[in-house]
Amino acid sequence: MKQEFKIISDFIEKNTRVLDVGCGDGTLMEYLKTNKEIDIRGIEISKSNSQKCVSKGLTVIEGDAEKDLTQFPDSSFDFVILSQTLQAFLNPEIVIQELLRVGKKAIVTVPNFGFWKVRLHLLIKGTMPITKNLPDEWYNTPNLHMCTIKDFYNFCHDRKIKLDKALALHNEKTSPINEINLNIKNLSAELGIFLIEK
Amino acid sequence: MIKNVNIKSLIIDKPIKLDCGQTINNFPLAYETYGSLNKKKDNAILVFHALTGDQFVSGINPITKKDGWWSYAVGSGKAIDTDKYFIICANVIGGCLGSFGPSNINSKTNKIYGTTFPIITINDMVNAQHNLLEFFKIEKLFAVMGGSMGGMQVLQFVSNFPDRAKIAIPIACTSSHSAQNIAFNELGRQSIMADTNWLNGDYANHNKNPDKGLSVARMAAHITYLSKNGLQEKFGRKLQERDDLKFSFDADFQIESYLRHQGSVFVDRFDANSYLYITRAMDYFDLTKEYGGNLSKAFEKTKTKFLVISFTSDWLYPTSENKEIVIALNAIGADVAFVEIESDKGHDSFLLDVPEFLNTLKDYINNSYLTI
Repeated sequence: MKQEFKIISDFIEKNTRVLDVGCGDGTLMEYLKTNKEIDIRGIEISKSNSQKCVSKGLTVIEGDAEKDLTQFPDSSFDFVILSQTLQAFLNPEIVIQELLRVGKKAIVTVPNFGFWKVRLHLLIKGTMPITKNLPDEWYNTPNLHMCTIKDFYNFCHDRKIKLDKALALHNEKTSPINEINLNIKNLSAELGIFLIEK
Repeated sequence: MIKNVNIKSLIIDKPIKLDCGQTINNFPLAYETYGSLNKKKDNAILVFHALTGDQFVSGINPITKKDGWWSYAVGSGKAIDTDKYFIICANVIGGCLGSFGPSNINSKTNKIYGTTFPIITINDMVNAQHNLLEFFKIEKLFAVMGGSMGGMQVLQFVSNFPDRAKIAIPIACTSSHSAQNIAFNELGRQSIMADTNWLNGDYANHNKNPDKGLSVARMAAHITYLSKNGLQEKFGRKLQERDDLKFSFDADFQIESYLRHQGSVFVDRFDANSYLYITRAMDYFDLTKEYGGNLSKAFEKTKTKFLVISFTSDWLYPTSENKEIVIALNAIGADVAFVEIESDKGHDSFLLDVPEFLNTLKDYINNSYLTI
């Protein structure tokens, strides 16, 4: 997790406007605020998490990213972050479109359903995988649209979304993802981190 | 009503041109303060009161001998901590607790104004209170905050004086008074006017009071401050000190007795004409229209940091209306946070012991004070 924050932080330039979509209890926002001179905002669907953020003095609005991103004008942020939340949306495709409308660039991180442990779990046990990044049971998971690194890579490719950076994360180690090593990274990485733009 | 009570007031000797066209000058603005202003003068909070509130935010109200209207939120160690901050609250003009209002004597006629008093708007109220900054020699307030009509004043204040407050917390309010709310206010006004003691607003010059009318106005309004679930839970169909229905029009039900009580204690502390004037000011409030239909324009010049708060069971100033303020601020990239607090206490939630609300408010205020 720490490593993910560090990579996100490295992607973001100084003196920029940043929106954290699905900012949770504001941990990433606080991390970025202390490490970067940026103007950061958040949007969070859960009441208790929104209250935690606001209690910390963070500029967070309680709202549903699937509906409430519409209030932000085009390109009103330099970076929009979506950290491990894409899979929880009813319509991830529209959310990505909105991220790229509101932000000049978007940073999207996806828990990789193609990770070998996940595949093995399903193959051997025959039940829905439960891992460090996917801790919930099939019946109570907030994740509606799980995808793999390869799925997201292809998704961007098909929609002509520019992949400025694509990194695979495993055991706190990062490595670049490209067309050639895509299948390997899709097997070996727990998390994919992408910097995308229209 | 306010005899034998020491009320602090400031005589405003700068003329104010009211929205109705009249100009007022040399008029009193009654206020109260809590805590102390620090040397840097950066810890001042201006609190705006709601329709029937007054300057006595905390402690014991010297008129009613009851707790101040925001005692849950304001006090030593509380959300708005009087040990840390200097809290100022003024009675709105048009009110009846020492500020210039319809129960004052018109020096030209030597009679009590009554309904000859000019119509007041939220804008006028805020412009009058702005004088408090000069009086206390405060360049920039740390915060402006208030709920309901107090929230409307917060919005108006920041729009009128974009660089005089660091943070603004409008709570359970709206940028434009809705038809439903105008309707409820009209019901209250008609109830007062239907009282034969009202005498076209001239009752005070004849030693009379339209208590019945004012009391019914308060009863009706009080229902709108609560929620259906809250009422059901607290009262249900419980009977008032009786085992069975009396087959009469007595207050059989506890809710009836409760409302009658609310009405009767209200008339002891509030002036009927002030009720007319202040509800009118709320009805006229439409900040969106003031800025040509684009609410964002009201806040274009400000760097003030906003926190908007609404409550789930508030149907008088519902979350959707509070969110419109958030949307308008986000549209111009203003610094705005927003939370909707879960509560079954209706619109009155902001006045009551709602821990999630009070804790969020407290931490936000304290953290903001440290960081800006």
